[in-house]
Amino acid sequence: MSARFPFSRLAAAATLSLSLAAAPALAAEVTLLNVSYDPTREFYGAFNKAFAAQLAKDAPGTTLTVRQSHGGSGKQARSVIDGLEADVVTLALAYDIDAIAARGLLAADWQKRLPDNAAPYTSTIVFLVRKGNPKGIKDWNDLIKPGIKVVTPNPKTSGGARWNYLAAWGYALKHNGGDEAKAKAFVAALFKNAPVLDTGARGSTVTFVERGIGDVLIAWENEAYLSINELGPDKFDIITPSLSILAEPPVAVVDKVVDKRGTRAVAEAYLKYLYTPEGQEIAAKNYYRPRDPAIAAKYKDKFAPVELFTIDQVFGGWTKAQKTHFSDGGVFDQIYSN
Amino acid sequence: MSTIHPTALVQPLASDGPPTLAKQARTQNGHRPARTEPAAVRIALTLIALAFLGLFIGLPLLLVFVEAFKRGFAAYVAALSDPDALAAIRLTLLVAAISVTANVIFGLVASWAIAKFEFAGKSLLITLIDLPFSVSPVVAGLIYVLLFGSQGLLAAPLQAWDIKIIFALPGIVLATIFVTFPFVARELIPLMQDQGTAEEEAAISLGASGFSTFFRVTLPNVKWALLYGVLLCNARAMGEFGAVSVVSGHVRGLTNTMPLHIEILYNEYQFGASFAVASLLALLALVTLIAKTILESRLAEEEPR
Repeated sequence: MSARFPFSRLAAAATLSLSLAAAPALAAEVTLLNVSYDPTREFYGAFNKAFAAQLAKDAPGTTLTVRQSHGGSGKQARSVIDGLEADVVTLALAYDIDAIAARGLLAADWQKRLPDNAAPYTSTIVFLVRKGNPKGIKDWNDLIKPGIKVVTPNPKTSGGARWNYLAAWGYALKHNGGDEAKAKAFVAALFKNAPVLDTGARGSTVTFVERGIGDVLIAWENEAYLSINELGPDKFDIITPSLSILAEPPVAVVDKVVDKRGTRAVAEAYLKYLYTPEGQEIAAKNYYRPRDPAIAAKYKDKFAPVELFTIDQVFGGWTKAQKTHFSDGGVFDQIYSN
Repeated sequence: MSTIHPTALVQPLASDGPPTLAKQARTQNGHRPARTEPAAVRIALTLIALAFLGLFIGLPLLLVFVEAFKRGFAAYVAALSDPDALAAIRLTLLVAAISVTANVIFGLVASWAIAKFEFAGKSLLITLIDLPFSVSPVVAGLIYVLLFGSQGLLAAPLQAWDIKIIFALPGIVLATIFVTFPFVARELIPLMQDQGTAEEEAAISLGASGFSTFFRVTLPNVKWALLYGVLLCNARAMGEFGAVSVVSGHVRGLTNTMPLHIEILYNEYQFGASFAVASLLALLALVTLIAKTILESRLAEEEPR
């Protein structure tokens, strides 16, 4: 190995060969199933190629096929619970993986097994508006003005919509000195401006982009960039609000499945590769905010600066947020039925 | 109802003008044209029907092909030769082949039993055959998840034997068989009942065995109706979305059928590719339609009785 071999690559290779060494009889042909959520298709398409190439280098003779399944995050978790044999899950929010863990398919402390809460890349919630921003939408408080039509999916069914809802709530809390009642009134006013709730993030994007309904789409940052790229930068603008939520889409190995299929080593190496500079760079290119500071600095022009809060800071974690806001009879039901 | 004198029926015709030879021939036969509306009304009604069909069926069908070829023939071929698209086409054909075969066997057996024999529970069987028509396909899919899923009723034995049903080929085939269940049987039962058992009785009294009676008398009598049922069954099997979507798991290149693949492509902004695959599915439907028309004329020829 040449001395000029980049250290990062070396580290990645070492991690890989270390974890592969743990599997004494590695089959020459390995398949992994990655069950993911909607907007990660392009990202994992590129990432799978890069990882397969890396694996072929580190463990010659091994050919890896990574199969993908995409859908709404909650629905995908449900499928894994019902028996879809995912070696790894890469979903929109920790709550969905917790649901799988609750059925005993993976260890309850899965989020501690990888760095950064097992979320190798992050995203946030931004606004997509019509070109030139005719309604002058700049921040969350513009969304509750009368006559503004907001498009967002239904928080009961969509993981992305829950991030949207919590981001708005966090903004309202901060601007009202932590007054929960005022935050509730703010979010209620926002949903009053959102007459149609699609079941998933992709459905809302199609409503806004294809059907031309609404003045503003509340969306994942990566989803917003994706739709601009696919459908024309001449039609939409991305508005980053002053304050938003740090969305951490987590990843995990499904213990029961990898132990049964004998794919644990490769599955773990696969997820670890997400944290290498190569993996981080592919994430950044696909509009996910990288964790690695060096890669983040390299792509800093791509992502507008925004003050971010985490779900743990404001809501005390997903389980609590889910129970307070989105369970039957929770806050969302109260404000939306009125 | 009181009897009407034949001339009273001819009356309206007379006002059309002098009776032609053809009209006289019809009235002598006791027939008359079934329509009495003025030509303008007839033309207007026909135009409305045609406009409706054109607008809601013809135009969308045309648009599928226009969208499919919008980006040129090369892009069309590329969309169809994509590995995931090829896998979807293969899976769709395989699932259709298996479910049609299963339903032909079941349909023949069931309709033969129902039409030629009397037994307890017959009306229950007829009702069961019709069940898939009244149950939503999504519910049908969910039933299989509840039955074969890893939280389901049969989870333990399936896991012990390492048998995969849902999120794999068997589940997709089962869901498809469920929704296409009635097509063959529903086509055969009325025909077989109509034909009665006289020919079979004759064959048996002449010394034919049960098998040869079935293959040389019963089957040839219903072959066109059977083919017609197969056609309908096949069309539905290839086009089924709801039930298959629930049990598929949406693994690309593995458990996506053509309708599921079309939806995925559309959701991922690959409109051209999505319409390309859709056009292929539409083409299969058109072939089915032509075959159906031919079969219908055959059926009409064979059933002047």
